Amino acid sequence: MKVSFFPGCSLEGTAREYGESIEAVCKNLDIDLEELPDWNCCGASSAHCTNEFLSVALPARNLALAEESRQDLVTPCAACFSRLKTAEKALAEEKDIDLGVSFRGDINILHILELFCRDELTDHIEQQVTKPLAGLKTVCYYGCLLVRPPKIVAARHWEDPHTLDRLMTALGAESIHWPYKTECCGGSMVLTNTDIFHHLIGRILDMAIEAGAECIVTACPLCMANLDTREEELSEAKGTNYNLPVFYFTELMGLAFGDQDAGTWFNRHIVDPTPLLKAKGLL
Amino acid sequence: MPIQTSVVNKDTRFRDIIVETIGPEIFDCYQCSKCSAGCPVSFSMDILPHQMIRSVLFNQQEKVLAANTIWTCASCETCTTRCPNDIDIAKVMDVLRQLQQESGRPSTVPKVSQFHAAFLGAIQKNGRVHELSMMQDFSLKSGDLKEKLKTGGWKNDVKLGLKMFLRGKLKLLPHKCRAVADVRKIFNQAKEHKKA
Repeated sequence: MKVSFFPGCSLEGTAREYGESIEAVCKNLDIDLEELPDWNCCGASSAHCTNEFLSVALPARNLALAEESRQDLVTPCAACFSRLKTAEKALAEEKDIDLGVSFRGDINILHILELFCRDELTDHIEQQVTKPLAGLKTVCYYGCLLVRPPKIVAARHWEDPHTLDRLMTALGAESIHWPYKTECCGGSMVLTNTDIFHHLIGRILDMAIEAGAECIVTACPLCMANLDTREEELSEAKGTNYNLPVFYFTELMGLAFGDQDAGTWFNRHIVDPTPLLKAKGLL
Repeated sequence: MPIQTSVVNKDTRFRDIIVETIGPEIFDCYQCSKCSAGCPVSFSMDILPHQMIRSVLFNQQEKVLAANTIWTCASCETCTTRCPNDIDIAKVMDVLRQLQQESGRPSTVPKVSQFHAAFLGAIQKNGRVHELSMMQDFSLKSGDLKEKLKTGGWKNDVKLGLKMFLRGKLKLLPHKCRAVADVRKIFNQAKEHKKA
């Protein structure tokens, strides 16, 4: 299977282990990711908060590039996914603005989790599992933009999604049902509204711990960064001691597939997940 | 919120701009408060989302654009998703933020627009966002660095930055995509659009 790949800006930096694990997992599953040539930033929240034209035109350029390749476009970032889907809808409705690009809408735009949840890949994934994640208690954290608004991103279950939960179960992990699957991590508020941000991530971490989770599984670079890099800071602010590992779901896929590089991905985390994985006999 | 007819502004130009972008569904709001009930950051807002919609319908431009609501909204899309009348409330917030920034009036939470300016500046420069230089730009221009030098908050930033660097998560130099000319053209078009 060959698809166009839109990595998004953070995969070159803070989300490096997401990119590395995606590459490894796709190799295992015979998925050929062809990076979109000369892609540009989707504009993220800053564009839609500032200028309507910019918020559509920036991702639209990428859509036009992808359509030239005639392959479905896959992105690992929930925010990029949301902006690309929003632009797709705006172009389909041909709002009065001339964006200067042609996009017929002949290709599908997918978040990489959706790609792995396609029927033809489900069996393939199960066959690749050589080291089941037995005994690992996870909560799946979908965040906002992977599922909302459902009219844009075409989510089937937006209040209680379960695609990631099913995937974790297929890898042998225990996926605990919890009520904060789609709560907000605060996004860029990490830099601009620190008190609100602390409140948001604090309640997610507290609920995960209350649910009995040993780790949180994410499918978005921003959700990951906001949780993994800020636990120490939050602990200081609240006088508590958070130490809950957070994973990209593709890292756990790679681990279950027996990938030799998994250790290097985990070494990039701020909250060290290796004691947990060693205790479970997974590393 | 009791309806006070005296606060209804008869000049509808402000409301018209919003209706044009959002659609006429906004008139269907029956103040069920579902948006405010599900909002994860409502505790931080001086005017709740359902009250904002009412105020927009009343043409209360000054009140709405001065609210901190538009700057603490996280764009999580919960309100839009749950609205029984299909009102794109998150997009109303977008339009209000755009109008507030265009108005040139000082924001109640200036750091948010300063962040957006740094982020968009980074895209304009390289076509993609180089996280490290974007953060530096934001930190300097917003006064965040100055503030942290006073409070000692810089120590935590340095500690975290060092950890990220040692773990290979900080890319030191930006990647300039060859498409940067295309991207700058889009920014110029956006400016023209605003003027129109």
